[in-house]
Amino acid sequence: MALSESFFAARFAVTERDLESYLGEALSAGGDYADLYFEYLSTSSISMDEGIVKSATEGVTLGVGVRVLSGERTGYAYSDDLSPERIRKAARVAAAIAKGPATIVKTGFDEARRHDLYPMLRAPNEMGLAERVDLVKRADRAARAYDPRVFQVQATYADNLRHVLVATSEGRLTFDRQPMARMGVNVLARQGDGAPQQGHSGGGGRVTLDFFWNEKTPEYFAREAARQAIVQLGAVEAPAGEMTVVLGPGWPGILLHEAVGHGLEADFNRKGVSAFAGRVGQQVASPLCTVIDDGTIGSRRGSLNMDDEGVATQRNVLIENGILRGYLQDKLSSKLMRAEPTGSGRRESYQQIPMPRMTNTYMLAGESDPEEIIRSVPKGIYCTTFGGGQVDITSGNFVFSASESYLIENGRLTRPVRGATLIGNGPEALKYVSMVGNDLKLDEGVGVCSKEGQHVPVGVGIPTLKIDRMTVGGTAA
Amino acid sequence: MTDLEQIAAGAVKRALAGGATDAECTIADGAEFDVSIRMREIETIKEAGSRGAGIRVLAGKRAGSSYTSDFSEEGIAKMVAAALELARITNEDPHAGLPEECGELSADLKLYDDAVAALTTDWKIARALEAEASALNADPRVINSKGASFQSHLGTRVFANSRGFAGSYRTSSCGLAVQPVASQNGSTERDYWYTSSRTAAGLESAEAVGRKAAERAIRRLNPRKIATQKAPIVFEPRTARALLGELFDAVSGSSIYRHASFLTGKLGEKIASERLTVIDDATLPGLFGSSPFDDEGVAARRTVVIERGVLKNYLLNTYTARKLSLKTTGNASRGLSGNAGVGPGNFYIEAGARTPEQIIAGLPSGLYVTELIGSTANTVTGDYSSGAAGLWIENGELAYPVSEITIGGNLKQMLLDLEQAASDLEFRGSIAAPTILIREMTISGH
Repeated sequence: MALSESFFAARFAVTERDLESYLGEALSAGGDYADLYFEYLSTSSISMDEGIVKSATEGVTLGVGVRVLSGERTGYAYSDDLSPERIRKAARVAAAIAKGPATIVKTGFDEARRHDLYPMLRAPNEMGLAERVDLVKRADRAARAYDPRVFQVQATYADNLRHVLVATSEGRLTFDRQPMARMGVNVLARQGDGAPQQGHSGGGGRVTLDFFWNEKTPEYFAREAARQAIVQLGAVEAPAGEMTVVLGPGWPGILLHEAVGHGLEADFNRKGVSAFAGRVGQQVASPLCTVIDDGTIGSRRGSLNMDDEGVATQRNVLIENGILRGYLQDKLSSKLMRAEPTGSGRRESYQQIPMPRMTNTYMLAGESDPEEIIRSVPKGIYCTTFGGGQVDITSGNFVFSASESYLIENGRLTRPVRGATLIGNGPEALKYVSMVGNDLKLDEGVGVCSKEGQHVPVGVGIPTLKIDRMTVGGTAA
Repeated sequence: MTDLEQIAAGAVKRALAGGATDAECTIADGAEFDVSIRMREIETIKEAGSRGAGIRVLAGKRAGSSYTSDFSEEGIAKMVAAALELARITNEDPHAGLPEECGELSADLKLYDDAVAALTTDWKIARALEAEASALNADPRVINSKGASFQSHLGTRVFANSRGFAGSYRTSSCGLAVQPVASQNGSTERDYWYTSSRTAAGLESAEAVGRKAAERAIRRLNPRKIATQKAPIVFEPRTARALLGELFDAVSGSSIYRHASFLTGKLGEKIASERLTVIDDATLPGLFGSSPFDDEGVAARRTVVIERGVLKNYLLNTYTARKLSLKTTGNASRGLSGNAGVGPGNFYIEAGARTPEQIIAGLPSGLYVTELIGSTANTVTGDYSSGAAGLWIENGELAYPVSEITIGGNLKQMLLDLEQAASDLEFRGSIAAPTILIREMTISGH
């Protein structure tokens, strides 16, 4: 696609000469590199509560971010107006980071390579409202129909469509049209006059509405949320202390995101503040573990045709048979570390500076039968659903919170237990992985990763995993 | 009326002309500056401004919302048309509607300081450099840094509705933070300290911020992992505040009317220790949680939430108040558009008489929590669990650092078990707490 056929040319009459002139302005005081990130984001969301569609919101934000790199320094400015005067002004502000004679900008642009992972004629955001409202209504009905103990249901649907254009002073030009859609269902259930319990489920991705009609339906998410709430009605206190932990497949892969993913982002390692700094080639996990970050998986929530610096995403091996292989790079870190970019430069919006981030982080399947894994545990805990997590990059300590777990006693799942936090140390925790299931599953598509205040969509996945030793933060001491 | 108030009032008028029975418009306009430095060198400088407008329309009892960053007449017209269109697909909600009574505080809340706008880029860079240098120079064990930053923000918030309310206020804020990394005998730990204020003069000195951050990182070196046990827990103000944030959700009207809070139906009951008084006050001058009116144009006020252990009030906006047959407490909160949620003013635990040192001195053993990570509080059940790091208390003194542990309990019991609130209350954000002591929680370790 040539610039002239792009969204920004059609809508805002942006030309190659404009882009060259903005980049020229950005490098007018010197600097090694400059880029422009144009973004046009339309969003919509619908929510239903107490059986009433209470809210529906749509909106548009647009803007352009101008970045100048000069050695290790970054100058950044943005404009929420695409008029040439405002963009030039932002470019001059960003240019102030460098102090020297102007750097000559290459004229003309080559279109850089990117994938085509989520081609679609009409994104959910471009569909009729009635079709999208119907999704939350269906979820509400299905959750209430699941069990008479369900007494509150909140169903939400949200989508967005992001058009981006990245132009660099190296003469590279890339465009993308990035759709996203997601549903969520929250359920409260109670038995008689007893205390309520909650369940939550949701999912989506860079998908068309067909995904919610034919693959993961509103009924699917609603039943799952209701099922979790009902299970919690019978839950006992979670155990406390070190024990064997078995993680179910899919979303529990958040373990990888917190335990190793963040610690392998290149910026932390370049600065020597990550617990993984300088450990490439070392054993950081059991030989059963191979961990991948892959931004190229079909229509997954964490996937991208190109990262937010215009670099094509790729499949990056982070840990191979327990050995640390490499870091997730953005342009700045890869330049300073003399490494290749890995397509991991991401940002929340045009108002933010890109940095190394994860896409879809998962562990390759092993050979164990999941049932055999549970049978092998005399006493422990089996966690299937998680809330969030967090990591202290420097010490490597990470936590993630299980919202649905079961006690394992003599190789059998016995009772459901209440929510508990699991804590471990990144470079150590995966060394205790003793069995890896043959059932790799990716999550349903709800992940949001937060770093230095910037939120981006991500995915995770794991097969069933047995960890011989991990601290479980329940209350039953 | 200011220009922005006129744009907001114009959007409201346009909505009424388009068939809305009521409408409300919010505008936010802001300029940010952010410099980060690391290892005595500038790393990034970011400077820019942006604005946005949002509208919520009511067509009878049906609501629709939209927002835009395009302030041209065409942009505003499109925004209003989108909201009107959306009000066709939502359902009638018998409790939807604007507040019965709008208004604003007339007193100067001192939310804006010209001196923040006048700070020069060079001065801000110098403060960040000074704070980091102070941390790096504080001790030879401080060997690295995640950097220091100086941020400032100037904003204007505008609100107008179809009941004739139009108001706006300006805010300023600035802050300095530093994150040193200390290392000794193969143990590497980081911590941070910061200062923030609505005024330039309200900032602590860069030197003091750096020194405090370094002390905090150093005292975490060579932590031990302790045995699983039940023990008294002391939360320093930084962690006590995080805990109080969890309580906010439990007293918020949106959790209460849905029966999604363990405090549903407890108004007037004793739910906490007599040592606990919790206030929400948006009228305190110069603080981050203050404003002359809330996000639906209701005048700011002070609300006693818990008084010596008794639950006195929930925090409400107009909608949740109607659902509960109560009156709004002026706690409406929203971004630019959508139905208002419930947010804090200055939500704080009232200070007690004893100093933190006195409280620690009274404990034969216990945990002093300086950091919480990955906390989960289930507002429905009160179940609470969090990763933690801090210092172990032995014979009334802080003895050695501990990490890679969790603390767990239930908020219902933790409220009853609050034995002390110390005298060291300070407002560093809209949620504030002094050091607190909880009689017993479960620590998970070995």
